[in-house]
Amino acid sequence: MKKLYAENMALGYGKKIILNNLSFELHAGEILTLIGANGAGKSTILKTIAKQLRPIAGAVYLNQKNINRFKEQEFAKQLAIFLTQRIDPELMTCEDVVASGRYPYTNRLGILSAHDNIKINEALELVHATKFRYEKFNQISDGQRQRIMLARAICQEPEVLLLDEPTSFLDIKHKLELLGLIQKLTREKNLAVMLSLHELDLAQKVSDRILCVKSDNYQIGTPEEIFTDNYIKNLYEINSGSYSVITGSPELSKPKGTPEIFVIGGAGSGIPVYHKLQRKNIPFIAGIFHKHDLDYPVANALAMQVITEQDFEPIQEQTLQKAIALMKTCKSVICSVKKFGSINQKNKILFQIAKQTGKLTEL
Amino acid sequence: MKKKYLFCFIILLLLLLLLLIINLITGSSSITIAQIIAIFTGNNQDNITRQILLFIRLPRAFCALLLGGSLAVSGFLLQNFFHNPIAGPFVLGISSGAKLTVAFVMIFCLQKNIFLSSGAMVGASFLGALISMGFVLAVSGKVKNMAMLVVSGIMIGYICSALTDLLINFADDANIINLHNWSMGTFSGTDWQDIQVIIILLLILIIPVILLAKPMYAYQFGEEYAENMGVNIKFFRIVLILISSLLSACVTAFAGPISFVGIAVPHLVKKLFGTAKPIIILPACFLGGAVFCLLCDLLARNLFAPTELSISTVTALFGAPVVIWIMLHKQKG
Repeated sequence: MKKLYAENMALGYGKKIILNNLSFELHAGEILTLIGANGAGKSTILKTIAKQLRPIAGAVYLNQKNINRFKEQEFAKQLAIFLTQRIDPELMTCEDVVASGRYPYTNRLGILSAHDNIKINEALELVHATKFRYEKFNQISDGQRQRIMLARAICQEPEVLLLDEPTSFLDIKHKLELLGLIQKLTREKNLAVMLSLHELDLAQKVSDRILCVKSDNYQIGTPEEIFTDNYIKNLYEINSGSYSVITGSPELSKPKGTPEIFVIGGAGSGIPVYHKLQRKNIPFIAGIFHKHDLDYPVANALAMQVITEQDFEPIQEQTLQKAIALMKTCKSVICSVKKFGSINQKNKILFQIAKQTGKLTEL
Repeated sequence: MKKKYLFCFIILLLLLLLLLIINLITGSSSITIAQIIAIFTGNNQDNITRQILLFIRLPRAFCALLLGGSLAVSGFLLQNFFHNPIAGPFVLGISSGAKLTVAFVMIFCLQKNIFLSSGAMVGASFLGALISMGFVLAVSGKVKNMAMLVVSGIMIGYICSALTDLLINFADDANIINLHNWSMGTFSGTDWQDIQVIIILLLILIIPVILLAKPMYAYQFGEEYAENMGVNIKFFRIVLILISSLLSACVTAFAGPISFVGIAVPHLVKKLFGTAKPIIILPACFLGGAVFCLLCDLLARNLFAPTELSISTVTALFGAPVVIWIMLHKQKG
């Protein structure tokens, strides 16, 4: 079901348009992730949907109704936010912070009813925070804090949840934990979730769809459609480095120049060697392995040249000759593979040649 | 938790009662509790004692009680609004703005021999408070920095005080002494008519203040979260500014600018109650401010009797250490 949509919206601050002609839909039970470089307009989109910024043109519709026509309280019952910036509430326990989510439901004096307390307990339970509910909010860890803020948003019983970079300040363990929770809540509560993320690898995994923002332009699609090597490189205007879709990990720029070292790699054994050579800024050649090999994405990003064989085929004589020729041009050879099987038998020959010519070294 | 709040409220109420009684019995001529009871039951023959109690001490004590409470509430509203622990009507220059307009109107009316009613005084004071407040808001919109906000407030305060002194210097009238005393801050010289005006004003404000408690709670999470919780920010701002200005204007009109109560009391009360929830702290601030001012007025009257100190001298003496304590506390946590 279409929970939220926007049509031909222009957004920005004052008269300065940041993004034009934005149209999108958000469905219940779906996670739509905003990605894009800093300043591309991710937060602007979220702020506009949260009614904190008026669109310059067009409008956002929540349950088929223009968000500007909602009363504050009515809107609060349907849409909750989770912001990047930290809050510093005075003398509040975690439970107090979570309870603030009940704001739109309480009476004029803000006194919590028994029903409100049930909802608060539920929310605390959902994010596994019952244990530290009575601790002071400014004294808990960042990971706990983000969970409490998530519980606060859940407590508001929204249909739409907006999260602005929920994973900032968190280490990888807590990032995964929080995104896992968000995913679980989306399914269980049939929420329509929109969040912005900087971690492309995580965005690829957690999102049902991706909205990719780049200076006055955008693209929406499934992660498979969005995450192609070139698209991401373009999105972030990465000139000094690369991004691999398969590993989801970024690489720094490759050392350039005449290759000095030949690395006999494969099965992931070469990856630490490539990284080390990159750090020392030594240009190198890597081979021979298949395109489906673990070594390939990293070598492809960092080596001056990669010698590959067709997938699922043993190394051919022709490829070996090419490798031998290239190896001659290098000053030294590093062999990271420890085992030669039937498919990479020819690498053993490379290894022996290197040994005979005295070029074999270690890092 | 609820028991703790109740306990704290009872303590404050008892302190209030105790200080009220001490304020009534002490002074240049002491009155006993038995005499007080006799006066209230109409069995007293001593007319002078009766006069002192009913027309000097009682209105003065009520004045300190009501205005002290108002100041503390006003300070708490402003601290919450500016997310600034040392905001308050005095620091932000609101009291000084009120002082300037009141002095101006007073001198003008004295020269023209126009009688100035308590209501008109409050009106003039409110106008001055709003002008200063408008200036502070304009600055706070431009600079997000907390320190700059306070600096600009203090500067406005200095400008207004300087202008007030200038007015007093050039106004040649026998009543100038009164004006000077007033501009230093004092609870003396209050009559029942003043008290009536104060009580009416406070009764009008009590409901809106209580209704502010809920949005104030949301506002503690920052403006964006508050908006998302369903607070009408524009309306909330206007109401809060009007109420806090009106409260400090009322105080300034009757007692002159009084420093430090607005800053110190909310912090002491929050510490005592262990919470910052406005629904608890607003009434607690009123009681706390009343207790604080009754105590300070007691000291102002009796410390160097028969010489009477200005109330700000005493409030600063007790309030300033609290501000320093806040600073140190903030550094740690």
